[in-house]
Amino acid sequence: MANTTVDPLLEEIIGPTPGQLLRKRVFGHQGLMIGAVVLVLITLVALFAPQLAPHDPYAQSLVARMKPPVFLGGTWEHPLGTDHLGRDYLSRLIYGARVSLMIGAIAAAISGVIGTAMGVAAGYFGGRVDAVVTFLINVRLAMPVVLVALAVVAILGGSLTVVIMVLGFLLWDRFAVVMRASTRQVREREYVAAARAIGASTPRLLLTEIMPNILNNLIVVVTLEMAHAILLEAALSFLGLGVQPPTPSWGLMVSEGKNMMLFEPWLVLIPGAVLFVMVLAINLMGDGLRDVTAPENRN
Amino acid sequence: MTDTFLDVKGLTIDIPVGGGTLHAVRGIDFELKRGEVLCIVGESGSGKSLTSLALMGLLGRRIKVRAERMDFDGTALLDASPRQMRSLRGARMSMIFQEPMTSLNPAYTIGDQLMEAMLLHRDVSRAEARARAVDLLEKVGITAAASRLGQYPHQLSGGLRQRVMIAMALMCGPELIIADEPTTALDVTIQAQILRLLVDLVREMGMAMILITHDLGVVARVADKVAVMYAGELVETGLAADVFRAPMHPYTRGLLRCIPQPGKSRRGEPLGTIRGIVPSLVGEVSGCVFRTRCDEAVAACRGTIPQHWPGDGHAFRCVHASGARIAEQEGA
Amino acid sequence: MLQFILKRLGLAILVALTVSFISFSLLFLAGDPAAALAGETASGEDIEAIRVLYGFDRPMLVQYGEWLWSAVRGNFGESYYFKLPVSSLIAERLSVTMMLGVCGITFALLMAVPLGVLAAMRPNSIIDRIALFLSVAGQALPSFWFGLILIVVFAIQLRWLPVSGAATWAHFVMPTIVLGYYAMPAIMRLTRAGMLEVLSSDYIRTARAKGASELRVMFRHALRNAIIPVVSLAAVQMGFMLGGSIVVESIFALHGAGYLAWESIARNDLPTVQALILIFSMFYIVFNFLADVLNAWLDPRMRSS
Repeated sequence: MANTTVDPLLEEIIGPTPGQLLRKRVFGHQGLMIGAVVLVLITLVALFAPQLAPHDPYAQSLVARMKPPVFLGGTWEHPLGTDHLGRDYLSRLIYGARVSLMIGAIAAAISGVIGTAMGVAAGYFGGRVDAVVTFLINVRLAMPVVLVALAVVAILGGSLTVVIMVLGFLLWDRFAVVMRASTRQVREREYVAAARAIGASTPRLLLTEIMPNILNNLIVVVTLEMAHAILLEAALSFLGLGVQPPTPSWGLMVSEGKNMMLFEPWLVLIPGAVLFVMVLAINLMGDGLRDVTAPENRN
Repeated sequence: MTDTFLDVKGLTIDIPVGGGTLHAVRGIDFELKRGEVLCIVGESGSGKSLTSLALMGLLGRRIKVRAERMDFDGTALLDASPRQMRSLRGARMSMIFQEPMTSLNPAYTIGDQLMEAMLLHRDVSRAEARARAVDLLEKVGITAAASRLGQYPHQLSGGLRQRVMIAMALMCGPELIIADEPTTALDVTIQAQILRLLVDLVREMGMAMILITHDLGVVARVADKVAVMYAGELVETGLAADVFRAPMHPYTRGLLRCIPQPGKSRRGEPLGTIRGIVPSLVGEVSGCVFRTRCDEAVAACRGTIPQHWPGDGHAFRCVHASGARIAEQEGA
Repeated sequence: MLQFILKRLGLAILVALTVSFISFSLLFLAGDPAAALAGETASGEDIEAIRVLYGFDRPMLVQYGEWLWSAVRGNFGESYYFKLPVSSLIAERLSVTMMLGVCGITFALLMAVPLGVLAAMRPNSIIDRIALFLSVAGQALPSFWFGLILIVVFAIQLRWLPVSGAATWAHFVMPTIVLGYYAMPAIMRLTRAGMLEVLSSDYIRTARAKGASELRVMFRHALRNAIIPVVSLAAVQMGFMLGGSIVVESIFALHGAGYLAWESIARNDLPTVQALILIFSMFYIVFNFLADVLNAWLDPRMRSS
């Protein structure tokens, strides 16, 4: 963080260009780089799951049940052992990355569209629109997320699509809050007033003046909400009301391992640790992006 | 009471910044006797406020303060323990800040904040502290003083808050008051009023004061001594009467030309200005810092600058030992 | 101040009504509630009988009005599964959840506030980095997994604490940590940010100029101002935590309202689920309202206006 205390005047006169500066800040930010590298690795693993997985994640084998991982005396045939149905744990973990990333990305996209639309409208138009959106945000915040998500999934039946839709329609609150605040800020700036003064239409203003200036905040919220959605999916699946077996979901794997936890704690430890690392990586990236793009918004 | 009780010699303040070290204050000397008013004059960024904060020991740990000598009534301030400094601050030396709007804690009443220093430093009861607070609020010209004690800062105007700040600084009857541009943030109409009040109280109570300002009109009215600072250096210092009658340093003369003087300035004639901007103080600083803006600059200004003593206690740093003064007299 | 409270109260009631309508409509999300209730093997006549018995044949708004009116008087109907009044079922379980919530938020505050203050006192120091790491890690830690690890370590390996149940205080230790840890990062970050801002303000310098000790400056002058937003965040977090108790209670088999929610959802016991959603929402709304009032009361600028 030594580079944030440079005399602003000096920087103005002889300093690097904003682009160079941004690049320097991005690559100089440890958390951001670690998070990004880990996330890229996990994404590659998810993309190339069929090539990377040593076994079929669904193939059961009654003779090879609960084989321990290599570091606990197992064989390289199953590097991370097998579960209670004899399925290869490593393969299930690799395919589980697909489920988590897909749920995180699509749910964040859906809630991002809903929340951004509401937040930008509230921030830009103010007045009654703002009052209605603020009210809706309050209502949404008052609903217990886990409980409502569980109830809806239970009623509609647990499937990947239902879980994604439920999370997408529940997690828009932070988008709305942040986008509303950012839009209000941008709206007050001179260049927007200037654009309005020369008669730019509202959609044009929103698209060319407002959106580009709130984009960095949006990206930060996308990452944080993606992490949030992934954690919630895991929790729902853990409670048995999310993704249904035999789909390999990390939350479900923890839940299935729970019964054998007394004797084989690694069944719980491994998928949970992977989940933790992925969410940590996404959060580090989100926090890092916030530091880099808008240092004044840190808290 | 003519003994020197504040003696500063070679005070240097360095601030580490991204690109190196900002030499904000470089080797300044001044001294103060009991009951004297010293005005430190200079532009913003000349190091006036840093100097006063260094005296109070209020600069952060990042900022390096050094001095050959910085004694307050026999106590070496730079060697004092944090505990010793705390027992001086608020009790024997106190400070009035520039921003009355933000210098009071919004969460506590005026009364609580007034009484705090006294309860911390003196063995008094709350009732006694309260009585002193009411007494001082009346002295600084606040009506219905007793009822003000229960009010919060946000309920008071800027002028009232600064009066409260003054009363607060006086609570323990300090020997030294440091006032850092105490009226800059106030409306012009009440600036003079508050300043007059402060000076009268200081004189009445026999305290010494360091008044930091960039307003030479103020200096002319209240100062016993003047210290002119430019870009972290003391360029001229002396009795106010001497400095105003015969300013020696080109910068001081420039400053004096910038204020209209009744009887001297003629209508329609432009006031003086000083061209240019203050140079950067990051990295090595050598020679006269004023040379880039000085009309009398010569090649020697890049070298070591000698100090001259044209009169008792009057000192300035310039390569022109006396020629400058002659030029001034001819021009006048 | 009074006007402010009344305005907030009005808003809270409006939010509560909307939430109640949403939780009521859950009943109709599945399509025909009568068919769902009757089961897959029921005949058309059975379904019709159930429809009339439960009043599903009337307009939805009428049903909602009736449900709300009963709910306001504490009657949430009868549980499909337990065949008991929902209100007594919940009343029986709520104390455990409340206890857990209070312990959780206390734990979170005791961890987060001192850590936030210390971090703000020495930005970028070791302690600041540790605090930051704990908060970043805390946000990424799946609570169900964290709970299971605690069980493996402290209940199974070390045998210091009981695995599950709610008989003694020892049963509450691990659930409190898991629930409290979830609220800690946000409170810690807000305390740190608030302290950093306050510590750079002019009145802190004034306090130092008076000769106040560092401890006094930190706690009396700085924390008193920085804590105002933290108090309201804690109240809001408390509301969230009660909602989050469902995961914690299911791991530690604490038979509280969260556990009841899990059981009822798994059993399609809609009246109980509706009531629980409404009650958890009410807690959030009440805590949020209290936070607003407390906030206004702690800040002299708002108190007197």
